[in-house]
Amino acid sequence: MLGSLRLAVLRFALAVALTLSAGVAAAHAHPHVWITATSELVYGPDGSFTGVRHTWAFDDMFSTYALQGIETKQKGVYTREDLAPLAQTNVESLKEFAFFTFAKAEGKKAKFNEPVDYYLDVKDNVLTLHFFLPLKTPMNTKEYAVEVFDPSYFIDFTFVEKEPVKLAGAPAGCAIKFDRPNDNSANAQRMSEDNFMNGDNSNYGAMFANKIAVKCP
Amino acid sequence: MSLPRNRVIIGILALAAVATVSDAALHSVWAQNPFGGPRPPAEPQSGGLFGWLMAQQSAFYRQMSATIRAAKADGSAVWTLLGISFAYGVFHAAGPGHGKAVISSYLVANEETARRGIALSFISAMLQALVAVLIVGICAWLLNATAKTMCSAERAIEIVSYALIALFGARLVWSKGGGFFRALQGATGKPTLAFATAPPIAAAADLHGRNHGHGQTQALQTQAIQAHAGHDHHHGHDHGHAHDHPHDHPHHHHDGAHHHPAHGDADHDCGDHCGHSHSPEPAELAGPGGWRRGLGAVLTVGIRPCSGAILVLVFALAQGLFWAGIAATFAMGLGTAITVAAIATIAVSAKGLAQRLTAGHAGGGVLFMRGLEFGAAGLVLLFGIGLLLGYIAAERVTCL
Repeated sequence: MLGSLRLAVLRFALAVALTLSAGVAAAHAHPHVWITATSELVYGPDGSFTGVRHTWAFDDMFSTYALQGIETKQKGVYTREDLAPLAQTNVESLKEFAFFTFAKAEGKKAKFNEPVDYYLDVKDNVLTLHFFLPLKTPMNTKEYAVEVFDPSYFIDFTFVEKEPVKLAGAPAGCAIKFDRPNDNSANAQRMSEDNFMNGDNSNYGAMFANKIAVKCP
Repeated sequence: MSLPRNRVIIGILALAAVATVSDAALHSVWAQNPFGGPRPPAEPQSGGLFGWLMAQQSAFYRQMSATIRAAKADGSAVWTLLGISFAYGVFHAAGPGHGKAVISSYLVANEETARRGIALSFISAMLQALVAVLIVGICAWLLNATAKTMCSAERAIEIVSYALIALFGARLVWSKGGGFFRALQGATGKPTLAFATAPPIAAAADLHGRNHGHGQTQALQTQAIQAHAGHDHHHGHDHGHAHDHPHDHPHHHHDGAHHHPAHGDADHDCGDHCGHSHSPEPAELAGPGGWRRGLGAVLTVGIRPCSGAILVLVFALAQGLFWAGIAATFAMGLGTAITVAAIATIAVSAKGLAQRLTAGHAGGGVLFMRGLEFGAAGLVLLFGIGLLLGYIAAERVTCL
């Protein structure tokens, strides 16, 4: 009696667990916004890594959505001034998501300050956000890594094909290794032990991380 | 002598099973990585259902904007848009924010039929579509508000929705707790689980009354716990069984059940049976109270619109094709409903299976089913709280 009940219980638990985990696994698969990105790793005069300059172009649908109700001086023409309040909103909102930018050197997470030099522009219905994300403390390590992704994968970050990541003012000999999320190799050296978004839902989106590794001599 | 011990063991097992199920669910919800370790990313070429689902929904979603643009010049593209939207809804609904978890748990917590689950899924999906249309219609179309305003509206609605889920879950837990502890009491043979008795039941009396579905098999009931097992057995199999009985149409009982006091007996033919198992067990599909009850589940999840629908609607509005956006939103809702209904049906069937498998096990079977219902009720509450506190990933609102 007990044996068959146990079997039943197990079978049932298995069925429910499978259903739920299938549901939950698929649950995270959810990009609603697509960003086409390029990033520049900016160096100071002293050769230290000071921060990341991002250029994020939003997809057609989100661009239109974000521009809804924005007043312009000339109809249909969006100047930087027209878009300044929206840019302000954007960088403020992005703070909650740590700007989707996670830097790490020598096993330690690096912190970023608030973005500066941010603005939006519109070209061919594409809204593009430009901003510079300064490190709290410039880095002098020979090796560091920067990842760009949305841990909850609401936003899909795809870097452009040509020159996705550039070094600006880096010491001679510094080299970038860029791994797109579809490169299997990218997962070999992942920052998986970190939960970058503290207390946040999940780091599921880490599977879709764009990984930039920089090595200087 | 050995019987009570057996029951205790069964009880422990059942509790463990419920804990396992809840644990599995929450673990995967809270897991850092649902796959437990490094794994090649899914998009675009990863194998498996999961990668495929994701690739499909991305593909459909990304075609939508182009199709809406095309519809400006060529009206027939609207048909394509509807097809894409429907397909997107089907795949997309696998994600959070579409009420799968809440509706499924609700169905398991209450003895609901698959048919009812399907109906609830469709109503909640249509309500979601309607809310999306209303938000964009009022904010963007009427008021020409900015995305920021719309997203504030979305956020407010989201919080209300999560709070409602938590409240709804709390109510389920409250009412399910009675049945569970009573079954536990029966199984352990200890009639002194004070906290399991009157108060929860009294509070849940209205729910209980409305949910009352025992009418169907009352003719079979005796006062013994063992008979409960039999009763559950019949339920689990299918409700067709009930047609053998004079009271096969639940709403016949409905009004009587309404006024039925928590521990009342014999004032109608509910009899002692109700005194035993207070877990509301609605097998009834129709009946005014029946639908009102389901409305709770529908409202909690239905008022939270899908971010994708909001984006599509605003985009369509900007293209001067708001009506096409509305049509697309409802097509999406239809697709969503199908997926949610399928998952709800699986949940109901799984419970039915469990019921059949445990049916022969006297008190243990009842205890297991009550525990399962209690666990499912607890899940709804946990979902609500988890969503409110941000521990559970929900679909994000479109605030950037």
